Amino acid sequence: MMPTSYEDGHISVSGAGGGSMPGKKPENTAFKQQRLPAWQPVLTAGTVLPAFFIIGLIFIPIGIGLYVTSMNIKEFQIDYTGVDMSSPCYNCSQNFSWNSSRPCACSLPFYLDQPYDSNVFMYYGLSNFYQNHRRYVKSRDDSQLNGNQESLKDPSKECEPYAWSSSKPIAPCGAIANSMFNDTLELFYNDPNGSKVQIPLTATGIAWWTDKHVKFRNPGGNENLPAAFQGTTKPVNWHWPVYELDSDPENNGFINEDFIVWMRTAALPTFRKLYRIIQRKNNMVPTLPRGNYTLEVVYNYPVRSFDGRKRVILSTISWMGGKNPFLGIAYITVGSVCFLLGVVLLIIHHKYGSRNNIAT
Amino acid sequence: MFFCQCVGEENWEDSRTVYIGHKEPPPGAEAYIPQRYPDNHIVSSKYTFWNFIPKNLFEQFRRIANFYFLVIFLVQLIIDTPTSPITSGLPLFFVITVTAIKQGYEDWLRHKADCSINECPVDVVQQGKVVRTQSHKLRVGDIVVVREDETFPCDLIFLSSSRYDGICYVTTTSLDGESSHKTYYAVPDTMAFRTEQEVDSLHATIECEQPQPDLYKFVGRINIYKDKEEPISRTLGAENLLLRGATLKNTQHIYVCMMTNDSVVKIYKAVINTVLKYAWQWSPDRDEPWYNHRTEIERQRHVVIRAFTDFLAFMVLFNYIIPVSMYVTVEMQKFLGSYFITWDEEMFDEELGQGAQVNTSDLNEELGQVEYVFTDKTGTLTENNMEFIECCVDGMYERGLGPLKTKKEYEDLFFRALCLCHTVQVKEEETVDGIKRGIHQGRPTSFYISSSPDEVALVEGMKRLGYTYLRLKDNYMEILNKDDEIERFELLHVLNFDSVRRRMSVIVKSSSGEYLLFCKGADSSIFPRVVSGKVEQVKARVEQNAVEGLRTLCVAYRRLSASEYQVACRHLTEAKLALQDREQRLAQAYDIIERDLVLLGATAVEDRLQEKAADTIESLHKAGIKVWVLTGDKMETAAATCYASKLFRRSTQILELTKKRTEEQSLHDVLFELNRTVLRQCSISGLSVDCLDFGLIIDGATLSAILKSNQEGGGHGNYREVFLEICRNCSAVLCCRMAPLQKAQIVKLIKASKEHPITLAIGDGANDVSMILEAHVGIGIMGKEGRQAARNSDYAIPKFKHLKKMLLVHGHYYYIRIAELVQYFFYKNVCFIFPQFLYQFFCGFSQQPLYDTAYLTLYNISFTSLPILLYSLVEQHVTMETLKREPSLYRDIAKNSLLRWPVFLYWTCLGVFDAVIFFFGAYFLFDNTTFTSNGQMFGNWTFGSLVFTVLVFTVTLKLALDTHHWTWINHFVIWGSLLFYVIFSLLWGGIIWPFLNYQRMYYVFMQMLSSGPAWLSIILLITVSLLPDVIKKVLCRTVCPTATDRAQVTVFLW
Repeated sequence: MMPTSYEDGHISVSGAGGGSMPGKKPENTAFKQQRLPAWQPVLTAGTVLPAFFIIGLIFIPIGIGLYVTSMNIKEFQIDYTGVDMSSPCYNCSQNFSWNSSRPCACSLPFYLDQPYDSNVFMYYGLSNFYQNHRRYVKSRDDSQLNGNQESLKDPSKECEPYAWSSSKPIAPCGAIANSMFNDTLELFYNDPNGSKVQIPLTATGIAWWTDKHVKFRNPGGNENLPAAFQGTTKPVNWHWPVYELDSDPENNGFINEDFIVWMRTAALPTFRKLYRIIQRKNNMVPTLPRGNYTLEVVYNYPVRSFDGRKRVILSTISWMGGKNPFLGIAYITVGSVCFLLGVVLLIIHHKYGSRNNIAT
Repeated sequence: MFFCQCVGEENWEDSRTVYIGHKEPPPGAEAYIPQRYPDNHIVSSKYTFWNFIPKNLFEQFRRIANFYFLVIFLVQLIIDTPTSPITSGLPLFFVITVTAIKQGYEDWLRHKADCSINECPVDVVQQGKVVRTQSHKLRVGDIVVVREDETFPCDLIFLSSSRYDGICYVTTTSLDGESSHKTYYAVPDTMAFRTEQEVDSLHATIECEQPQPDLYKFVGRINIYKDKEEPISRTLGAENLLLRGATLKNTQHIYVCMMTNDSVVKIYKAVINTVLKYAWQWSPDRDEPWYNHRTEIERQRHVVIRAFTDFLAFMVLFNYIIPVSMYVTVEMQKFLGSYFITWDEEMFDEELGQGAQVNTSDLNEELGQVEYVFTDKTGTLTENNMEFIECCVDGMYERGLGPLKTKKEYEDLFFRALCLCHTVQVKEEETVDGIKRGIHQGRPTSFYISSSPDEVALVEGMKRLGYTYLRLKDNYMEILNKDDEIERFELLHVLNFDSVRRRMSVIVKSSSGEYLLFCKGADSSIFPRVVSGKVEQVKARVEQNAVEGLRTLCVAYRRLSASEYQVACRHLTEAKLALQDREQRLAQAYDIIERDLVLLGATAVEDRLQEKAADTIESLHKAGIKVWVLTGDKMETAAATCYASKLFRRSTQILELTKKRTEEQSLHDVLFELNRTVLRQCSISGLSVDCLDFGLIIDGATLSAILKSNQEGGGHGNYREVFLEICRNCSAVLCCRMAPLQKAQIVKLIKASKEHPITLAIGDGANDVSMILEAHVGIGIMGKEGRQAARNSDYAIPKFKHLKKMLLVHGHYYYIRIAELVQYFFYKNVCFIFPQFLYQFFCGFSQQPLYDTAYLTLYNISFTSLPILLYSLVEQHVTMETLKREPSLYRDIAKNSLLRWPVFLYWTCLGVFDAVIFFFGAYFLFDNTTFTSNGQMFGNWTFGSLVFTVLVFTVTLKLALDTHHWTWINHFVIWGSLLFYVIFSLLWGGIIWPFLNYQRMYYVFMQMLSSGPAWLSIILLITVSLLPDVIKKVLCRTVCPTATDRAQVTVFLW
């Protein structure tokens, strides 16, 4: 491997490059002699101890802060799958058929025992729904969703078997789009005086800004969508074509935020997705006052076939997101463990340190 | 072995018949068997131009690792898999190409070397004329003319010499390393041939057994046919056979007949790579829910095929556990790392003008695992340069060349004894009228040649003291004495040296008509025969010198009266003429003649040890390495060197296993007695710290007896095991009187013993080549005796002392580097793949990759590759000075201690732990909640990126924790690769990449970084992942520190 050269009797092998070896003294550079100046840290109890204490002292307060923040977040969940006979949505869930033209509606009453002060975020949650299945995840055509005309007319093979329907290309193609969540959820406040007030739900701002403005684009601009989608057909399971998702041209077609949210596949089989935001009107009145509410559901989305569950979540949000005590608890635990280890190490160091010093 | 007993018997099984000059024997003699021997073409290359690509590819894919990756690559091509075929195809292609280029280049060098050997010119006698041809065209039976200083191109039978006595001198330096001249004898009946024509007229056949590996054994027969007479048969022995590679000396030319040829077979060392297979059971796929249908084609597939493709897809997903890049990195580490050996200034020898050479880089880490060092003595431990040091005349001694204050008479006799009592030959420069000129110009134009370098040293020493041995002419030995007068002694008899008597004598007749017997020999053989002289003083001096490792000889003389001479003469001639038991009768005659001696004095000759040889051996001992000296020398000399080189110390108890002893007792008894001694001692000293160390001396004859006993499988049990048991308990072993092949046998024996220790052989001569090739690691010394050893070795160093740095520093470093490299690679890929595996439980076992393809591909190639490569090149867990100062640190890594199962298990557990932390940390963070302040949700790619970010940081920081030697390059590479990861991720997600058909990573990384809890959890998860390793390190260091740990702390405190 090394270029070498030998002279011996009749046999001589001379390597290329190196040429003749003799007299070629290796260079005396720090690198070649492996003598580069170096910092040589050694992990001893003495050096590690302060680090443990510092980690402990930093992590515990952070953990407490996170935990308190998480505890202050209000969250309410209601399952409307309709598995039980007693559930108002039982009938809807039983009589499901894809072809029924008449939507099935049900309403669920619920009671909020504390007022929600800041913006309230309304999520729908699905369980046992494998949005992260490999065949599902890749069943989309990002190029089509980005407004590419060719992909619109000729969807990617990845979309199979949801690429063509009755010899027309499907827009948007693929399993993800085809299975888009299509229940309609409306929220009513049952005023103590007996009237039912609909709570205004904001449908924008629920998708990533970059998705809405860069990644997803309608073919040929946002105007005149029916013409743009000429020659394509709606996904098999959809009731309406993609250009009828919303009346607002800025929230229609591929840039419909409900659609974009759905297209971001969830990491785990139990997931939630942002549905609507309930904006806070003024500082005087809580966004959702304490009291009785009704959730009106237009039940379109079947989940019973795969043992799924549907729920609606109302949640406030802090700087650290939704209610999740895990991070706080973890920080407190790790901090305490570090602190404890510091103490244990201190004892061990004290006991063995002197012995080692004698030994060395 | 069988032919030893059947010399002279008619039917040898594997005999071959050679027809000299390709002439058929006269009809009726024997059936003429057409000869089908290959020509003398030497092929050591593996490939030709045409078969290179297919053969090389075949060779490469025979390596199980390459084959495995090829299969993975093919699977990815054929079926629909989670990752693209490029991810494994590209690195594989790279590895294969680089290896092919490397091997092609090496083979090209071999072609060149073969070519120069094959085309070396040779003179052949054909039809009475000398024809010049090329070595590879020689055929068996050709008659070849070899001139002085030429090397024999093949094995030859000596027919005739230019010398009238039908002898020739040959050095076998390149065969067995002995630089002395050996005498060979021509076949008596052909001895008289002088010219090509005469030689060509020879009509004979040669029968012999098939070529043997043993250099010194040859039995054959020549049948010479003369005009219609019965063929004359002569036996041929080793003295007629000139071996390939030996060189003709002191003889103008000889005629020889080509006997055999052997194709050179090179031994290739292949490090066998083990492949850890990771197979995961196929998990049943979920049913298709309505939202996620299979395509029609998929649905139509048979369930078994579906299951099989699923299995393959899993395999592809998890194949990263052994990434191709690991092989690339290991190869690179070995290749680049070996440059540090060649670059090492301390291993550069000014005198030779050469530094260390690395001929193979596959074995760097084995340098750190050596348990047995087998070293040659002459030229390796010693300089191979005898020097006359001292003479002690009549009890007075003088070092060097100072005048001796002794009685003139004794002095004269002493010097004359040394000048006369030897078998040295004088080789003169032919062009010069030798004698006068040589002396007057103060530089010798003639030099001495002898089979014993000691004799040369003595005669040369005498020359410096003023007594010059000029020559042996017509049986008169001529000496030039101090006063420039030539004295002539008639040489009457030489009583040759033999190893039993351990002395030699000459009987000379001085010009004054006195008969003198001069005797010189080992002290033990001279003293009992001495009747007068200052025995006590000389004895004391001799012992003193022996302790210093000098080779001592005693000199004595005896005046013979004419009648005594006649008696001696009669004894000798009788014995010489005896047909039976000649040896024995000669010995008896010698015994009678060599007695009643008068002690003259003693000499001391030094074969100087190489510089720092003793220090090196001592360090190796401290490092727990067992050093064996294997030498062709006689026992006493070798033992003296061993003492001088501190192989044996004063306190060492020497166990002898020599022919002398086995003649007295049976081998069986000696072996078991020694074994008992060793075991008893060890059981006694088991408690005490200071275990008495044993040194074993064994000679070639005994060794072959031990080895043979096993082959025969005879009744007395297995000597081999007993022998090994003894050897295991000896810190130093000296094997003397070894043939080159025996050296290899010893190495093989130890290699095959049940511990399978790593062996290292070091030598300088061609006689060491066999053991260098046999041992795991072969080191050649670029010595005086040619370059065969250096060429055949794995590493070549200029001096023995460089072995210390080679093993203790380079070997140690390479071992810890490669150990960390291999384990870290495994660890980081467990961390990498195990979350993927866990993710399968949450994605319906659909083989959904957790990470993006770019991350999957680049993880091993760029994000985590450079830090570990650099670590494996420059890590120094302890400074070089400490390693050299404390050889015992080598014991810490002995027996592959860093790559054993517990360590491996620790790394695996750590990897699994970290992977669980990454995955479930992210899992609980993502569990049904949002962690942005605008309520938006993250998808599966963010989940993967979070895990991946924690992963990259953790494994890199883990390496940072393991790094003990932070040069600026380490800082640059470690922090640089983390920075690179971040920048890459930002870029990768920052743009809609037009060439990609998916944009799943768009803005994922940046969105993740915009979330506070993501940051907090990244920090938390990294901390938790690193915590166990830090605790383990600190606890191990505090509670049960190893010597290495202590050395580190000591340096640290300074």
